[in-house]
Amino acid sequence: MRQNDGMTLIVKTVTRISVWMILLYGIYIIFHGHLSPGGGFAGGVIIALAFLNVMLAYGRKFTSDWLNISFLHDVEAASATLFLIIGILGISIGGSFLANFLMKGELFALISSGTILPLNIVIGIKVGMSLFLVVWVLAGSKTVKGE
Amino acid sequence: MIVYLLCFALLLVGLYGVLTKRDLIKIILSLGILGYAVNLLLILFAYRNDSIYPILAKGKEVKQMVDPLPQALVLTSIVIELGTTAMLVALAIKLFEKYETFDITQIRRLKG
Amino acid sequence: MPVEPWLIFILSVMIIASIAALEMEDILSSIVAIGVVGLGVSLSFLFLQAPDLAIVQFLFEIFAVIILVRAFLKKDYHKEKPSTINKILAGVTVITLAAIFIFSISVFELLPPFGEPLMTTAQYYLDNGAKDTGAANLVSSIVLDYRAYDTLGEVTVLFAAILGTFTILRIKSKSKKEKTELDHAAK
Repeated sequence: MRQNDGMTLIVKTVTRISVWMILLYGIYIIFHGHLSPGGGFAGGVIIALAFLNVMLAYGRKFTSDWLNISFLHDVEAASATLFLIIGILGISIGGSFLANFLMKGELFALISSGTILPLNIVIGIKVGMSLFLVVWVLAGSKTVKGE
Repeated sequence: MIVYLLCFALLLVGLYGVLTKRDLIKIILSLGILGYAVNLLLILFAYRNDSIYPILAKGKEVKQMVDPLPQALVLTSIVIELGTTAMLVALAIKLFEKYETFDITQIRRLKG
Repeated sequence: MPVEPWLIFILSVMIIASIAALEMEDILSSIVAIGVVGLGVSLSFLFLQAPDLAIVQFLFEIFAVIILVRAFLKKDYHKEKPSTINKILAGVTVITLAAIFIFSISVFELLPPFGEPLMTTAQYYLDNGAKDTGAANLVSSIVLDYRAYDTLGEVTVLFAAILGTFTILRIKSKSKKEKTELDHAAK
């Protein structure tokens, strides 16, 4: 099919530059989740949209060469496990499940608020990977009649 | 009061779509409308007059803030809604593959 | 600035857009109208002092529109004309829902009025959130500290939904399998 070859050269060139900025913005949103609006959910969706941008502009074949899809599966499953591990560490150190056992730090500093920052990062990875993989699978299913 | 009623009317529009439409795509869209209406109703309950968003800022006097609890619950609810939408889309695609229609009255045999 | 007139305006636009989404013939127009409804929700969150939710809702709306367009646009399907009995049933449904709407007015009068929430548990979070967790964003402190258990449940549901999508799309439908079996039998 024609669409699997991706879009025109203009779109590809713009995408090559803009994808990194979108990724950086997503990472910024994730890391400032405890200081400003945003957090793991919003940042994860931005990361998924960056990958989706590459998939729409360059086509599936290039993307599966560029990204290791089965590795993304592993990352997605591992991040869910990491959330549980942080929770169980809370039992052993803090006394209850998902207790905030790290240093609280200063109020408006970037490295502060204990386990909220690592949990934000874990959720961002989880949401981003799983949403990208859903679109990947949905776009890959050949459903058009006569294809 | 009138805001609540308008939001409830939006929910009823979604319910109308789920009950009367025969097209699978339209049913998925109506479920989306239902989700929007419920989320918005929860946040409407949380609003407080003359207050600001529940985020502290450096050097800013803390005034009244809106209720942060429904915001936290709706935040997770939006993500789950997208997951269920993706799953419904996958089911609809599979049904289209098998029956070559989206009309639910044509999809009779549920087995196999 | 009073919020209520703006909200009434946005909600009216959303109701019109959702009716349009349900009644339009063309599927692309329906999906675009749903996008209008979702962006209206995002705008209302902004007016209701919930910037966290406004960002998330905006991004998820874009994502949902991409998923729906990508999945449904290429389908060649014919919409059939609704029969008379369907029209009658739709009319009965509209009358029933209108009755529900009229009877619900007295229920909404029992609720606390707009702009004056109860704030019993939430006042504790507002007073002690920054001290207990060290996070300036109090919504984030509730999602990931006070009620992190809810978030764990959300992660689990998301995981299950993704796995379900993968499983559904991986199985081959039976009609195709039967076809291939027939082909093998012919050989």
